[in-house]
Amino acid sequence: MTSMVTRAVGAPVARLEGPAKVSGAARYAAEYPQDHLAYGWIVPSPVARGRLDAVLIDPAEEDVLAVLWYGNAPELAKSDDPELAVLQSDEIRYRGQPLALVIATSLEAARRAAQAVQLEIAEEDHDVELRADHPDRYTPETVVPDVPAESSTGDVEAALTSAPVTIDVTYETPPLHNSPMEPHATIARWDDQDLILYDSNQHPSGIADTVGAIFGLPAGRVHVVTEHVGGGFGSKGTARPNAVLAALGARVTGRPVEVVLPRQAMFSIVGHRAPTLQRIRVGATEDGILTAIDHQTCTQSSRLLEFVESASVVTRDVYPVPNLRTGHSVVRLDVPTPRWMRAPGEAPGMVGLECALDELAVELGLDPVELRIRNSPANPRYVECLRSGAARFGWSERDPRPGQRLEGEWRLGTGMAGATYPASAMPSTARVRALGAGEYEVAIAAADLGTGARTILAQIAADELGVPIDKVHIRIGDSTLPQASVAGGSSGSASWGWAVTGACRELRAADGSSDEATFDTTELVQQQKENRHASGAHFAEVRVSTVTGEIRVSRLFGMYDGGRILNPRTARSQFLGGMIMGMGMALHEESVLDPAQGTWVNHDLAEYHIPTHADVEWIDAAWLDQPEDDLNPMGSKGIGEIGIVGSPAAILNAVWHATGIRIRTLPARLDKILTATP
Amino acid sequence: MRLTVNGAQHHLVGLDPRTTLLDALRERLHLTGAKKGCDHGQCGACTVLLDGRRVNSCLILAITQQDAEITTVEGLGHRGAPHPVQQGFLDHDGFQCGYCTPGQICSAVGMLDEVGKGWPSAVTTEIPDPNGDLLTDAEIRERMSGNLCRCGAYPNMVPAIKQAAGR
Repeated sequence: MTSMVTRAVGAPVARLEGPAKVSGAARYAAEYPQDHLAYGWIVPSPVARGRLDAVLIDPAEEDVLAVLWYGNAPELAKSDDPELAVLQSDEIRYRGQPLALVIATSLEAARRAAQAVQLEIAEEDHDVELRADHPDRYTPETVVPDVPAESSTGDVEAALTSAPVTIDVTYETPPLHNSPMEPHATIARWDDQDLILYDSNQHPSGIADTVGAIFGLPAGRVHVVTEHVGGGFGSKGTARPNAVLAALGARVTGRPVEVVLPRQAMFSIVGHRAPTLQRIRVGATEDGILTAIDHQTCTQSSRLLEFVESASVVTRDVYPVPNLRTGHSVVRLDVPTPRWMRAPGEAPGMVGLECALDELAVELGLDPVELRIRNSPANPRYVECLRSGAARFGWSERDPRPGQRLEGEWRLGTGMAGATYPASAMPSTARVRALGAGEYEVAIAAADLGTGARTILAQIAADELGVPIDKVHIRIGDSTLPQASVAGGSSGSASWGWAVTGACRELRAADGSSDEATFDTTELVQQQKENRHASGAHFAEVRVSTVTGEIRVSRLFGMYDGGRILNPRTARSQFLGGMIMGMGMALHEESVLDPAQGTWVNHDLAEYHIPTHADVEWIDAAWLDQPEDDLNPMGSKGIGEIGIVGSPAAILNAVWHATGIRIRTLPARLDKILTATP
Repeated sequence: MRLTVNGAQHHLVGLDPRTTLLDALRERLHLTGAKKGCDHGQCGACTVLLDGRRVNSCLILAITQQDAEITTVEGLGHRGAPHPVQQGFLDHDGFQCGYCTPGQICSAVGMLDEVGKGWPSAVTTEIPDPNGDLLTDAEIRERMSGNLCRCGAYPNMVPAIKQAAGR
């Protein structure tokens, strides 16, 4: 059959919400005008551990409607997430924990009153220092995302002993913060017994369920509006305390209440990527075939929740190794709870693995691209990324010896690393309606965090319905629409696109007998192919100042297999964005916990250094664009996270090539360069 | 007190003197194009033009600006008739989540005006150089570095700004 309609999938369609975003018309959570809006301001704990005895309120501040704390706050139902039990207990489990919420008729009054609140606290000794020899270190049963903490194949110790070439190194990654530009924010309003939440999150359906359960509301009585989201990177995947606090405040005051987290509070309340101490031992034959890997990660979690950053898990899948052991241990400390941050597990884990392999390549005298090719016999797409990426980057001109290129004060070097991320889909439901005159409405409670999801779903629906994309009206970002999975785990397009495809096909199959179709993918995704991955290769060129130690990334290139690329315009932006966050991880980003105070020392955007315009020089991404048709109807694999997987290692490996210095404790700050000896 | 925003004069009754220009715009005038990312002048999301110069509106008390002409992203252009910088961002996918975008766009407009006046930046090598190009990629990156973008849309903003400047 010939179609009159040009295929929308695969075309560089501009973001549907672009005109609204560049004109300031796009509305984010805290931007919905409300009559009699009141403002909530959190009073954070000034200590890391202790008990809250009393909250004393300065009576001088006018315009204060309520000060809520555990002594007077309404009781909430228990939640799986202890962090959502806000104002329910006198126990202080980390510095920055919300101890009270001040609600006032203006933002200024709320902030001032919150600063004037006096807390009577019985402080206790705290411990926020992660050490590999910490006496409380233990092995958990599972790590994120609910997989076994340990694995073992073959005899690792024997293989390491007999291997002609071995590497034994320790890599450390610091705590990192997601730091989306839009703070976590909620406006809550009770309409009779219904709760309306304008909330910044990655999962409207999930937020509605979670917050509804906490307030004892039946399904359907919570309405979450999430039209635009100013980034999340994992930190908005579940309901955060701002949503519960706003709803509590609104219930007590009878007004709509807005709670926007101050940037400083985001460092404590909404999660961080936990630090990792990774020991990696690798054994190989003289021609570079891996015979053994042992990858052990030590990390931290909070007193409230066991959340274990799964840095060793990635090593189970990338290269086939006959003798493989991976494991994790964790120490529960008086720290804020770590959570998901873009590519949890993979991002830090591939620093350890791919830097260790670079060290192995040097030991073997083997090109690092060739080392990876030799160890990927059953992964042709990965090999193609390595080969094609190397050719496009100009890798073959590289002198393998370190410290050979000097231009003025700058030492130049190049490095590379592999990339991988699981490809999966989660159950979702979509609805399609024929509106007449050849127009259609597609509805699903997905969230577009800047990924391009809204646009991609319109492209998919247009092709399935056989109409131009401007005939498709997309409705997302609202929990009253059909249930959608979280915008996380690089699974959004696969999960929601699958549901949209199914609904469109059912509508067409009805052949006019119905003007509406709904499709639930729950059964289909249970049968999806397991252990599939997107893959890629990153190549970096850096220059390192011999005077200041400053590191500049002159070139950064990513070559990817993401299955079918649904929209090359938004895909390129996502790849580049991940790579730039990876640059931050390699060179700039580091959250510092003060052992004495138990607080993040650098808890703002002046001192937590994310990449700026001036940090990004030449950068590009390319892809194979080969559909993986047995994975989902689109043949696509998620691409939201793979850009940060391996790109930090490529940069660190380039720093070694430029200088002869191995930076094994991230980030590669200039003081570490200046004080190191090659 | 009064505020002149995007050519319209507003009279604000009972405004708390502690109110920042950013909060006055967002909470009182519902001009939510100016974004609050950090409230401390560290991220640039709140950038607006004050008598044509780019400023962080979170660091300015509204009551001190009664005689200023304030331009927000809403005043630069609209959906039907975007400003050339807005059009550049659309043409080059110069944003993802869009939250830093109004600040980036206002900042770029102010920056292009500074370049037009021949103001140097930290990477300008020859001063004064009337024939020199103050709109190299390096100049744009340096001059825009007060505006953070966590999505990492920087590489697409550079050609967007160049297009708007007619380069």
